[in-house]
Amino acid sequence: MASRYIANTPDEQKRMLGAIGSGSIEDLLVKIPPKARLARPLGLTPALAETDLIRHMTALAARNAHADSHVSFLGAGSYDHYIPSPINHLILRGEFFTAYTPYQPEASQGTLRSIYEYQTMIAELTGMDVANASIYDGASSLAEAALMAHSVTDRREIVLSRAVHPLYKRVTATYCEGPGVRLRDVPAPEGVTDLAAARQVVNATTAALVVQTPNFYGCLEDVAAAAEIAHAAGALLVVVADPVNLGVLEGPGKLGADIVVGEGQGLGVPLDFGGPNLGVFAAKNELVRRMPGRLVGATVDHDGKRGFVLTLQTREQHIRRAKATSNICTNVALCALMATIYLATLGRRGLVKVGELSTAKAHYAASRLTKVPGVSLRFTAPFFKEFALKLPKAPERVLPRLARQGFLAGVPLKTFDRALADCLLVAVTEKRTKAEIDAFAAALEKAVA
Amino acid sequence: MADAYDKLIFELSSPGRVGWSLPEADVPEADVHKLLPAKHLRRDAPDLPEVSEFDVVRHYSRLSRMNYGVDTHFYPLGSCTMKYNPKLNEDVARLAGFAKVHPLAPEASAQGALQLMHELAWDLAEIAGMDAVSLQPAAGAQGELAGVLMIRAYHHSRGEKRTKVLVPDSAHGTNPASTAIAGYEVVEVKSLPNGEVDVDALARTLDTDVAAFMITVPNTLGMFEPRIIEITELCHAKGVQVYMDGANLNAILGITRPGDLGFDVCHFNLHKTFTTPHGGGGPGAGPVGVKAHLEPFLPVPVVTKDGDEYALDWKRPRSIGKLQAFWGNFGMLVRAYTYIRTMGPDGLRSVSDNAILNANYIMKRLERDYDVAVPGPCMHECVLSARRQKRLGVTATDIAKRLLDLGFYAPSTYFPLIVEEALMIEPTETEAKETLDAFCDAMIQIAREAETNAAVIHDAPVTTPVRRLDQTKAAREPNLKWTRRG
Ligand SMILES: Cc1ncc(COP(=O)(O)O)c(C=O)c1O
Repeated sequence: MASRYIANTPDEQKRMLGAIGSGSIEDLLVKIPPKARLARPLGLTPALAETDLIRHMTALAARNAHADSHVSFLGAGSYDHYIPSPINHLILRGEFFTAYTPYQPEASQGTLRSIYEYQTMIAELTGMDVANASIYDGASSLAEAALMAHSVTDRREIVLSRAVHPLYKRVTATYCEGPGVRLRDVPAPEGVTDLAAARQVVNATTAALVVQTPNFYGCLEDVAAAAEIAHAAGALLVVVADPVNLGVLEGPGKLGADIVVGEGQGLGVPLDFGGPNLGVFAAKNELVRRMPGRLVGATVDHDGKRGFVLTLQTREQHIRRAKATSNICTNVALCALMATIYLATLGRRGLVKVGELSTAKAHYAASRLTKVPGVSLRFTAPFFKEFALKLPKAPERVLPRLARQGFLAGVPLKTFDRALADCLLVAVTEKRTKAEIDAFAAALEKAVA
Repeated sequence: MADAYDKLIFELSSPGRVGWSLPEADVPEADVHKLLPAKHLRRDAPDLPEVSEFDVVRHYSRLSRMNYGVDTHFYPLGSCTMKYNPKLNEDVARLAGFAKVHPLAPEASAQGALQLMHELAWDLAEIAGMDAVSLQPAAGAQGELAGVLMIRAYHHSRGEKRTKVLVPDSAHGTNPASTAIAGYEVVEVKSLPNGEVDVDALARTLDTDVAAFMITVPNTLGMFEPRIIEITELCHAKGVQVYMDGANLNAILGITRPGDLGFDVCHFNLHKTFTTPHGGGGPGAGPVGVKAHLEPFLPVPVVTKDGDEYALDWKRPRSIGKLQAFWGNFGMLVRAYTYIRTMGPDGLRSVSDNAILNANYIMKRLERDYDVAVPGPCMHECVLSARRQKRLGVTATDIAKRLLDLGFYAPSTYFPLIVEEALMIEPTETEAKETLDAFCDAMIQIAREAETNAAVIHDAPVTTPVRRLDQTKAAREPNLKWTRRG
């Protein structure tokens, strides 16, 4: 059977083989030793015609609850924010969609310009001097920041608040294993980093102190105080922040962060069951030559016309090999393009509005849900769009019932912290309505009764 | 004629324009200043552009026209497998039941997503002859890091402290870079002039301090390593694990399998062999496959199947940990799965057959006008050297730029490093003979121009939105973001 993705007909194959001077394609495989050859066809499902395949894929997709089929209060690093329609149309333009990394800048100005815009927007939001073209996701961005802090300071310890996303911490631990960088914890018993404890732990061996704001529990951290503690010990301050919140919240760079990383999925990137995401990475100017990943810079062409190129590439693996600042090659350029179009569309006032609506609805949800008997906020610290809700009944008994009623009620915290086994992490974006929140509260009331 | 458009989105901004539509607050208190302490709040709105929706659409449409992509241009970038990215994959990936699923949705409510991952992992294991596959790595380089970390954990579990990893001088830069992050000393091994492994020299280098040998098959010169089985056996005899960089898997689908060749680990680039779009640099997906002895070290969680139920298994005490926050680049996995189901086993085999045929056809047509790095037949790509043209003052870069004017994207240049003035050409199976012929005609024309009219090459490109760019200025005076002073 001919494949619609392969052009050569048997006749064309014959003519090409004739030109090559080979009798058959088999003759071209002479360098493969016979005993290395697979003697049978691959044991895979036979090819499906397009219509049959669509039926199969639609059936698989139908077995998943999603943000349109359910009212979702799931967050914990992945959020159901509004995605303006033009994003999908524009990224699908083949010139963007099917291009490689812009190695030939003259034929890649579209990609390069959009990355330059992206870097500008991320630097502005985070309050930093420079942003790179992207890392895989928020967690691997944090891991890269930890390694960068290690190499900049020549110190071997990273101090992380326990209110940093636990899965980010696991990724950071994986990346730190080889270089022998140790991770130390600072407790956050009341939902925010215990800064007095941090002051004790951060010392002359600390490469970086890491805090997240809003943190894993949704609470806001005192970034300026954390910066003071890190800097007093000669360590860097790394802040994990979600850029979609930075229309309302102060850019961590303005509060003393040396490196800002985070998950940019909220900026127009689909949930996609957790990936691909968008690793945001921004730093101070003096650290730029130690940054991981690609950077786009403005320059001029032969005629003096403005143009854009990949620059400061001597940091990167294809030049510096084993001594590169990172091993990253393929990044998530298309997700960065989604974010760029998102930020262009939302602009100066829209992003503020997204942050304001999310905050307002989250605070309404918190007050409404805590009216349910036995339900309370686990922490009292100020929160942004997400909060830990303490339930009078085990969340694992409540959640399936709510799911059947059409609510994805939140992320149970038990798997992340045994001490929070009675808590649910509830996220509220600007997409939720008062009516949905009221209905959720009513359903929760019955479920915990 | 080149498009003269020269705007950045910031330069289109007009105070008061909006491109968005959001509802008014429907809850009693909507003032953030009453809800949050002032010290956390931004003083001024962020300096983002103010443009209409149509401004956005026109701007990015025009930017896109400043790019070459596979949809519009032959894109023979070696080692990158720039094949056609099927449109059906995009329709499927956008089904709400895939694109709008939250990673922390209850497993019972994500059975379709987990089933897809489970089946894809098994398909990839079958394709590569491996025993288990993790779909978590976000790209090839992260697959490499995961693979080397698993090798490290394996040696440690046996009480062995090996410190070195051998990597050929022809390897892609991510190989040494990933190995270094995994905590190993990278020892570069010199290849034979024909790009093959110097087996005798390798045998002398292998000792109890070597943790792994990492190679690319077919190698970066587009050649199958003829003594590969001997090499993996030699390594195993010294307790050395063997890693295959699977970037070139498009050459061997259904023909031979890394696992059968003796490899212990191999990563896949779904954005190369399995048609997920490159997107201007990513995202990709870099699943990693292992033999049974490395399975306990796979990243967590692992997708498991029990009866008809799929689940995420976190209870794996010997795991190397996690590479990304969630389970992998699922959106890319959906596309790759769709592609594998579209092609079936016979279709995948004919992918490699035609990729090889196309590369050999190009090599044959160009062998008189350019030096070939290694005599053929080649596998899915061929490496030429522009050393003859260099003597006439025309470099691989010059040839690349001239190709842009003639309507083609460029081959990879200066990779692998062991070939002088390398031009690495990978046509892929999805290109038709007439495209290959047009490209070869252009290459031959450039070879003639190098002899008779080098100026036209040195001036190139002239048809692109910009001409050659000043890289030195970009690096000396870094300008990495737009500022108002213009
Ligand atoms: C031979 C080879 N190895 C490794 C890689 C790295 O893969 P990725 O870009 O997906 O990280 C590439 C691709 O660029 C490659 O060509």
